[in-house]
Amino acid sequence: MQEAIVADKLQVTRGPLRVLQQISFSLEPGKITGLIGPSGSGKTTLMRAIVGAQKITSGSLRVAGLPAGSKPLRRVIGYLTQNPAVYDDLTAAQNVAYFSAILGCPRTEVARVLREVDLTKQAHQLVGTMSGGQRARVSLAVALLGDPQVLVLDEPTVGLDPVLRKHLWELFRNLAAEGRTLLISSHVMDEAEQCPELLLLRDGKLLSYSSKEALLRRTNTRTVHDAFLQLAGGGK
Amino acid sequence: MSPRRTLATCKRVLLQLLHDPRTLALMLVVPLVLLGLLAWVYHNTRVFDSIGAPLLGIFPFVVMFLVTSVTTLRERSSGTLERLLTMPMGKLDMLLGYALSFGMLAIVQAVLASEVAVHAFGLHVAGPEWFLVMVALADALLGTALGLCTSALARTEFQAVQFLPAFILPQFLLCGLLVPAGALPTVLRWASDCLPLTYAVDAMQHLTRESTLTHRTIFDVGIVLAFGLAAILIGAATLRRQTK
Repeated sequence: MQEAIVADKLQVTRGPLRVLQQISFSLEPGKITGLIGPSGSGKTTLMRAIVGAQKITSGSLRVAGLPAGSKPLRRVIGYLTQNPAVYDDLTAAQNVAYFSAILGCPRTEVARVLREVDLTKQAHQLVGTMSGGQRARVSLAVALLGDPQVLVLDEPTVGLDPVLRKHLWELFRNLAAEGRTLLISSHVMDEAEQCPELLLLRDGKLLSYSSKEALLRRTNTRTVHDAFLQLAGGGK
Repeated sequence: MSPRRTLATCKRVLLQLLHDPRTLALMLVVPLVLLGLLAWVYHNTRVFDSIGAPLLGIFPFVVMFLVTSVTTLRERSSGTLERLLTMPMGKLDMLLGYALSFGMLAIVQAVLASEVAVHAFGLHVAGPEWFLVMVALADALLGTALGLCTSALARTEFQAVQFLPAFILPQFLLCGLLVPAGALPTVLRWASDCLPLTYAVDAMQHLTRESTLTHRTIFDVGIVLAFGLAAILIGAATLRRQTK
C-alpha cells in the first residue's frame, strides 16, 4: 500500500533557527498518528510543511506520492489551523459555504460537516459571537469538506467539552477506518493516549516514531507522558 | 482562475460587509458629508465648482483605499488567506473577488456622491454628468486596487493605516489640484506624471471646463484604470502560498 505521508531527512530553517532537523517518518493510510510535543517544538511548522504552506529547506516530504505543496494535493488534504481560520463577521454556515464553493463541493456538504462537528443549531450564528471551542469547530468543519484523503489537524480538541471531545475522537476513528490518514497534533499528553501511532517532537527533533505500544514497551513506561520524559532525558 | 471562485469570494466579501452596517454606512456617507462641507465652506464663491469635481474623485479613492487595505490585511493576519491558498484557490480569484465586491460598492458610492454633489450641493460641471460618475467610479476602483496591493507591505493594521499618508498624501500634493501640474518644478512634474491620481484629477478638471468629452479625458480614465489593473496584478504576485 502506498504511504500517505513520507518525510526523509526533512529540514526547515528560518533565518538562523533550525525549526525542524532531520525528520524522517512514513505514515500509512487508515491510521491516526498523534504529533506530540510541547509548544514551540515544531509541530505547527511540520504540519504547515505537509499542507504546502511552509517551504522546505532540505530533505524530502511527499504526500500521496507527490512532493508537498503540489497543486493536485490542494484537493487531497484537509487542514485545520491552530488558530481558527474563519471569518468572524460571517455565520458558521456562511463560512463553511464559502470554503465549500472554493473546493467545488455539493451544497449538501455544508449541512453534513456542520452536523459532524455538532454545530447544526448554531449554523446561523455569527462566528464572532461564538466561544473559542465553537469557532474551532467551524474551522474543523471546513477541514472536513470535500472528502479529503489526508487530514492534518493542528490541536483539534484543545479546550473542548469532554463529551464533544469523545464524539470527535469517534469521528476521527471512523475517518481513519474509511482509509484516510490523520495526523493530529497536541501538546496535551492525554490526547496522545488516543492515537495508535505517535510522533514525539522536541526542539525540532523527532524523539520517537513508532506505535504507542512499541513506545511504551521500549521505554518501559505506562503513559506517553512518562515515555516522553524519559526520551527527552528528563526522566530518572 | 475560475469564475466560480471569484464570484464566491465576491459574495463572501459582500456578506461580510452586510454584517458590518456601520462600515458600510461610513463608506457611503462620509464622501457625501465631506462634499457637503466643502460646498458650505466655499458658499457664494466659484471655488466649489472648480475643485468639487476633482474632490468628488479623490474622496471615494481615499475611502476605498483604506477599507480595502485593512480588510485584506485582516485576511492575511487571521489565517484565512493561508487556509485558502492551501485549497484550489487562484491568487487572482482572490483579488478579483475583492475588486468585484468593492467595485460594486464603489458604483453605489460614485452614483450617490455625484448625484448629491450635482443636485443637492449645486455642483456645476460643463461635461456630461454620467461621465462624472464614470470618473468617480474609476477613482474608487483605483483606490481598491492600490489598497489590495499595498496591504501586502503591511504587517499590522497600524502600518496599513499609515500607508494613507505615505502613499496617498504625496499623490494629493502632486496631483495638480493645489498647484497646476504645469507649474510644478520639473522633477516634481515628472513625479506627478507617474502618479495615477494626477490623471484622475486631470479628467475631472477637463470635465469641469469642457462641455464635450475630449480624447484627453478618456485617455486620463484609461490611465487610471491601467494603474488599477497593474496594482491588482502586483498584488497577486505578492501573495505567497509558501513562507520561507
